[in-house]
This record gives sequence, structure tokens and C-alpha cells, in this order.
Amino acid sequence: MQKITRNDFITEISGNDLHIIAEGSILNYDSDAFLHKLLAAIPEKLKNIRVTAQNLTQWDSSFLAALYGVVGWSKENAVNCDLSELPQNVQDLITLAYAVDRKPTHGNISKLPFLENLGKNTLENLQNTSNVVTFLGRICGAVGRFFTFRSIMRRVDFWSAMEDCGPKAVGIVVLISFLVGLILAFVGAIQLQTFGAQIYVASLVTIGMCRIMGAIMVGIIMAGRTGSSYAATIGTMQVNEELDALQTMGLSSIDFLVLPRLFSLLIAMPILTMFADFAGMLGGAFVGIFMMDLPYQEYWKFAFDAFNLKNFLVGIFHGFCFGFIIAVCGCYSGLNCGRNADSVGVATTQSVVRAIVWMIVATGIITLICMELGI
Amino acid sequence: MTKQVIIEAKDLSVGYGDYVLLHDANYQVNKGDVFIIMGGSGCGKSSMLRVLTGLIEPLKGTVVINGIDMGNAPAEDVQRIREKSGILYQSGALFSSMTLAENIMLPLQQYTNYSVATMRELAELKLALVGLKGFGDFYPSEISGGMKKRAGLARALALDPDIVYFDEPSAGLDPISSHNLDDLIIEINRSLGTTIVVVTHELASIFAIGNNSIFLDANTKTILAHGNPRELLKNPPNQEVYEFLTRGEGK
Repeated sequence: MQKITRNDFITEISGNDLHIIAEGSILNYDSDAFLHKLLAAIPEKLKNIRVTAQNLTQWDSSFLAALYGVVGWSKENAVNCDLSELPQNVQDLITLAYAVDRKPTHGNISKLPFLENLGKNTLENLQNTSNVVTFLGRICGAVGRFFTFRSIMRRVDFWSAMEDCGPKAVGIVVLISFLVGLILAFVGAIQLQTFGAQIYVASLVTIGMCRIMGAIMVGIIMAGRTGSSYAATIGTMQVNEELDALQTMGLSSIDFLVLPRLFSLLIAMPILTMFADFAGMLGGAFVGIFMMDLPYQEYWKFAFDAFNLKNFLVGIFHGFCFGFIIAVCGCYSGLNCGRNADSVGVATTQSVVRAIVWMIVATGIITLICMELGI
Repeated sequence: MTKQVIIEAKDLSVGYGDYVLLHDANYQVNKGDVFIIMGGSGCGKSSMLRVLTGLIEPLKGTVVINGIDMGNAPAEDVQRIREKSGILYQSGALFSSMTLAENIMLPLQQYTNYSVATMRELAELKLALVGLKGFGDFYPSEISGGMKKRAGLARALALDPDIVYFDEPSAGLDPISSHNLDDLIIEINRSLGTTIVVVTHELASIFAIGNNSIFLDANTKTILAHGNPRELLKNPPNQEVYEFLTRGEGK
């Protein structure tokens, strides 16, 4: 007779019969390890399994999991499994666990071969691109309806969005831009000092902030602050079936939800960019005047000499484009959100990532155009 | 006297992509019916409602409402049918940034030429009809779940619809609120002659309000029974329907 002893389970194999004895207190038991070792020791021609209890004082779900595995194995391998000598409540629970023997047919994602997977992903990406183009087309239609006084956009929604992305955002935009101007001045000063040309820090900060840095900082802040909020708000409306309600009432979600947010960002972003430009210049002046001891009048003279209307307007145009990108990415992610809490988180993340990526792409395109036009 | 058919499903298959929830469903709803779509979890009740309300396209077949084939009719006809339909969602689906009155006024603003004062009066009337008189200036966050459903119903009734759809109206309600909502549904059906379509698996509601029904089965993906729920209980066409209508006691 072979005898394998395990912690609190004793197994006895006799010919084609296996006897498992549960003994003592079986709590927090490693049922998986037990099953692996047990199955490795089981003879090929096993016909019967008998499970009994001996002084079984305590047990928990890990004990049941071990039994569940044994019974499952016996069912799969057509081996008779006798639990009748176990406590009645244990028998009842195991019977309950096997009462519904459902074979799931949905939800198993099989791994596709490489080419099939490539084709599937390509088709999905094409579909997504088509969806984005459709969305942009619907926005154009909604803007057309707005200018022909047929839109259902509510003024109160526009002012509410305007307040959120305008006055409420000024503080953070000014603070971050001031610090960016400060950093820009520090980094520039270290290099310029070697040539004795510290005074050009004023020009560097002014051109840098007005041309692009101000707009980019506002874009990143607003993508994280406002774009994500759009995605989360509209995504939650999806979860709460509010978008379904709009659709079934025949109301355009673009008119109702996207237009107020788009218009408010298109107006607020250029203004915020102006604030960012001047805050950045102030940051640079702080470093130049108070830390590098540059003369006050001379610093501002160099700063204003470097201030160029073309640069300033290019920055403002960047802000306008970024406003469009942030609003579209935020609203698109929200409108295409799934119907659970997790999806809202995903939509929020997607809105920020998409907005930042497209803002960088837009910056590249605008820079190229400006180069070609000699601006 | 033959009743007028208001909704007709013809060879309707419902599902998502390749996944079919229900195939070749055929049924009719008569004008003035309280029609119940019932069945176990995952059988496609809510998806069927989404097809009826136009939120998703059927995989196959068509829905005819008031004689208009919703799959092939011109957009204006479909829009006209949608205007005469109201829906109460599980959560009420009220717009949280608007007061209850503004929620009800929204479809009125879109589809009528009433003055703001008239729309406000109509909103107050609809709220009063569902037992929320004086709650017009409340926001959805300021009222209970049961009241949200009532307010959602008031919004669904804003345009005096021919059909009102309910998606699991009893979900999340205590037994008394659920009973009161059932009474309200019966009252609306009786007083306004509105056809009611309810998706539910609450047996108490099914027997209290339903006079016509279909039973969807997740295993066969078909309609297993069609008729008055009380009649189906008396003469169950099969074991599945009997078990469902007796809470599994017929097993």
C-alpha cells in the first residue's frame, strides 16, 4: 500500500481506489498545490475516490476549493467520487457548486493568427478613422445649424462651459506659465552668461513664450483640466443613459453637448494664451531683474524689442487650434465611452493622450506652414 | 372588434456584431396594450427595447410602428414616430445640469412652438401627474431614486406620446415605490390611452400591469410565449415559461 501524507490531508492509494482523509483543522490551505501533487500521484487506472473526514474541527473555502478540484477531476475522468462520509453542509456546498454546469460561449477571446490579427486591427483602425471623420462632419453640420439659428444649443450651457474653461482656469495657467518663463530664463541665462550676453534672456523668454511655449503650456494644462473633464462628464452621461435619452428624444448630442464646449474653448484658449505669454514674460523678468541683477529698464527694453506681433499672433493661432483639438478629443472620447465606470476612466485618459498627441502634430504642421510663408 | 396594431416585429433578429441574442422574433402589440417583454437575465430584453426605440439597428428583420417601417421609412416619418414615443430609463436618465422642469421642457423646446411660460406650465402639469407637484425647480441630485423615475416618466410624457417604453421600472425601488409606479403606469394607460411597453422580470409588476407579453429565452434565443401573462400562468405553453412565472417553483 502506497501512502502519501500531506498537511491535514491524508491520501491512501489502494489498487484502483483513492481514499482522501481530511483531518484536523483545514484553514488557509494551499488547495492548488495539493491538487497538483495529488494528481501527479494518482494511478492511471483509478476507479473510485472516497473522501472522508477524521476529527475535522475547522475548515474554510480553501478546503472546499480542494474538494471542488477533486470532484471536478473525477467528473472529467469518469471516476466515481464518494463524498457521503463528509459533513452534510460540505456535501451540500459541493453539490451547489456543480448544480449549474454552464459552458460559457461568449467572452472567451481566442488568440488570432498574426495575419488575421493584423487585418482585424487594420479594419478597426479604419473604422475608428471613419468614426472621427463622421464626428468632425457632424460638428460642421452643428456649426452650420448654429449660424442659421436652428441649433438647440442652450446659452446657459455655453456660459457654464465658458466660466469653467475661462475665469476658473486663469489661476493655474498664470502660475504654470510664470514658472515656465522662470525656468526658461534660468536655462537660457546659464548658456548666455558664458558669452556675457545675459541681457538676451529677455529676448529669449519673450520670443519663446509668445511664439509657442505659452500656447503649448495652456494646451497641456487645458487638456488635463478641461478636456478630461469633458470626457468624464459626457462619459458619465453615457453610463447614466442620458445620451440614450437625448438620442431617443431626437436631440442632437453634438448641438447639446459638444457645441457649447467647443465654442467656449475656441474663445477661451486664445485669451488664456495671452495670459500665459505675459505671465511667462513676468517669470523671465523675475529671474533677470532679481536674480541676475539686470537693470530693470534695460530688461524690459530688450523684452519689448523682441516682442513681435507676428510671433504673438502665431501663438494665439496655436491656442485657437489647440482649443479645437482639446474640445474635439474630450467630447469624442466621452461620446464613445463604454457603459461602465472603468470606461469613464479609459475615456478620460484617452482624451488627454489624444489631445496632447494631436497638439504636437498640429504644432509641427503650423510650424511648417509658417516656415513656408516666412512668418 | 379587431384592435389596431401599433407595433409589429417582423422576423426580428437582435444582437451585437456576430453575437445573436434573439433570432426571427415575430410579435404584435395592440394600441392601448400594456405589453411586457420578460425573460431571464441575458435573454435580450433590454436589447429588444433598444431596437424598438431605435437606439440600435436590428441584425435582421424590421419593426413597424403605426404602420411605418422604421428600417426603410424616410427620416421625417421615423422622426415623427420618435416624437410620439417616450422612454423611461432604469435610472431616469435625467440631465443632471437641469432642473426637473427644464428636463421636461427640453423636448417641448425642440418640437413645439409654445412660449416659455406655457412650456413651464406644461412641465408643472406633467410633474403633478406623476406626483411631483412643486418639484420643478429641484435638481435630479436633490430627489430620491423613485422620484427620479417619476420625473423621468414626466419627461417621457412631455409630448403626449402614443407609446411609452419602460426599461425595468422597478429596478432599485422598494416594494411600495414599485407598487406605486405600477399604479401610475396603469393610470397613464387607462386615462391617456397610451400604449405601454415594459421590460421587466418583476413578477409582481408583470401580473399587476401586463395584458400582453412575450417571453424571451436565452437558450433557444427565441420567443417561447406570447400572450396575456395571467393566461400564460394558467396555461403555460412550456416548462420554461411556467418556471419563470412561478419563480422556479414548478421545477
